[in-house]
Amino acid sequence: MAIEKGERDMAKYHLQTPFSEGDVRQLTVGDIVHFDGTLFGIRDLTQIYMFDQNHEPPVSLKDMPCIHTAPSLRKVGNKWEPVCVGTTTSVRMDRFSPALIEKYGVRAIIGKSGLYEKSLEAMKRYGAVYMAIVGGAASLETEQIEEVEAVYWEHLHPEALYQFRVKDFGPLTVAMDSHGNHLYFDVKKEARRRLPELYKKLGIE
Amino acid sequence: MDGFDYKIVEEAAKESYIRALCDLPPDVRDALKRAYEKETRPTAKEIFGAMFKAVEISDQKKTLICQDTGLPIYMVKIGADFHWDGAELKARMYEGAKRATQEFPFRSSSTHPLTRVNPQTSVGVRLPVIYFDFIKDAEYLDILMVPKGSGSENMSAMKMFTPAEGVSALKKFVLDTVVESGGNPCPPGVIGVGIGGTSDLVTRLAKEAIARPVGQRSEDPELAKMEAELEDAINATGLGPMGLGGDTTTLAVHIEMAYTHITQNPVAVNTQCWPARRSRVTIYPDGRVEYGY
Repeated sequence: MAIEKGERDMAKYHLQTPFSEGDVRQLTVGDIVHFDGTLFGIRDLTQIYMFDQNHEPPVSLKDMPCIHTAPSLRKVGNKWEPVCVGTTTSVRMDRFSPALIEKYGVRAIIGKSGLYEKSLEAMKRYGAVYMAIVGGAASLETEQIEEVEAVYWEHLHPEALYQFRVKDFGPLTVAMDSHGNHLYFDVKKEARRRLPELYKKLGIE
Repeated sequence: MDGFDYKIVEEAAKESYIRALCDLPPDVRDALKRAYEKETRPTAKEIFGAMFKAVEISDQKKTLICQDTGLPIYMVKIGADFHWDGAELKARMYEGAKRATQEFPFRSSSTHPLTRVNPQTSVGVRLPVIYFDFIKDAEYLDILMVPKGSGSENMSAMKMFTPAEGVSALKKFVLDTVVESGGNPCPPGVIGVGIGGTSDLVTRLAKEAIARPVGQRSEDPELAKMEAELEDAINATGLGPMGLGGDTTTLAVHIEMAYTHITQNPVAVNTQCWPARRSRVTIYPDGRVEYGY
């Protein structure tokens, strides 16, 4: 069971983008990943613009990781610089995620608090993973962004499409893998299983 | 009051907001370290490691720990022996929070609830949140600044139970709320619990509870016992850091209590994320300003 896995055999990986199908298929929940290369930042509006308003991304997302970003950037001349880039809660963007994987070939979605069954199904089918970042640790994330290479759909900022170049980005915990495992679900299921015993301890009838 | 320059309060409101965002209180750091040391799951240890690195980078570079600079809350205690001008204090805290946002500068998260227009100031109608209270036999002004991010605030919960449902309903509500919140509030943080009062007061008590130094027990022995019990139960769920599994789900449970109506049994939960941010500033009538936590 996934919740016990971390105690036994957490594996650590250092990857490079673009990710191959093999790169992500080798990962299982509880593994820790760092990576170098390209990272696309997306948010609610970015995906409403893509999927509900039918705008094709001006850059290929194939085999790339996308992060549910919360970017504070400043523009110096023509260049965007990171001020403080953090990560936002993923569940709000769940409905876009299967299409992101199926239609655009995204290999990894990075965020916090996870996605639901349909996204998990798409990950299994097409070979993709969900990796959890440590929420609240924005200063670390910002440090790992070497450059804001491009901001597409600039008029949507702070919910545009961002292309970051990152170095040693992580630690990311594989929380949904391409084999149908979902760490958040497993951890919560186990917590719920423990509840009756905890109620008893607290004297709850 | 003659002679007192309220610009000092404005500066302090600005500076305390920035300090709260960049400098984690020592008690929070210690609690996180203790949690790391006793953690048995390697994945959870990695997650704690990232937290420590983030705090370290913010120390060195004076940057924001988290990008969610939240809504500003000022918990103000007014020394009753000095004539502080309350209306002026409110106006200066509004200006201070706005200036912190624009001069640092950082993201404003305040917005009109219907139009969703963000004034880019972190303040607005009835913001910042300001609580006023009074201190007997003191002249100074004590301001506790708490920026509240949305990941944790969105997990807030309140319920009016009946007296027949007893204390056990309150405990169950707290535990169930934490389990259902999972990783959303960026655990392990502080769980603030309000008990008693009215529907609005109980919610405020939960908010006051998260602002106590981590692990500072209630002075009421019954409440202190309940804090310890709930802490053990919450940590025994195994939700762990970021809800990804581990031994520590909360750094501390803090409970604040008020008397309630004979027919009522209210409870509220307010969660604070692992960067349990706060800062304190004390202002004296002679213009001296001291910063702390």
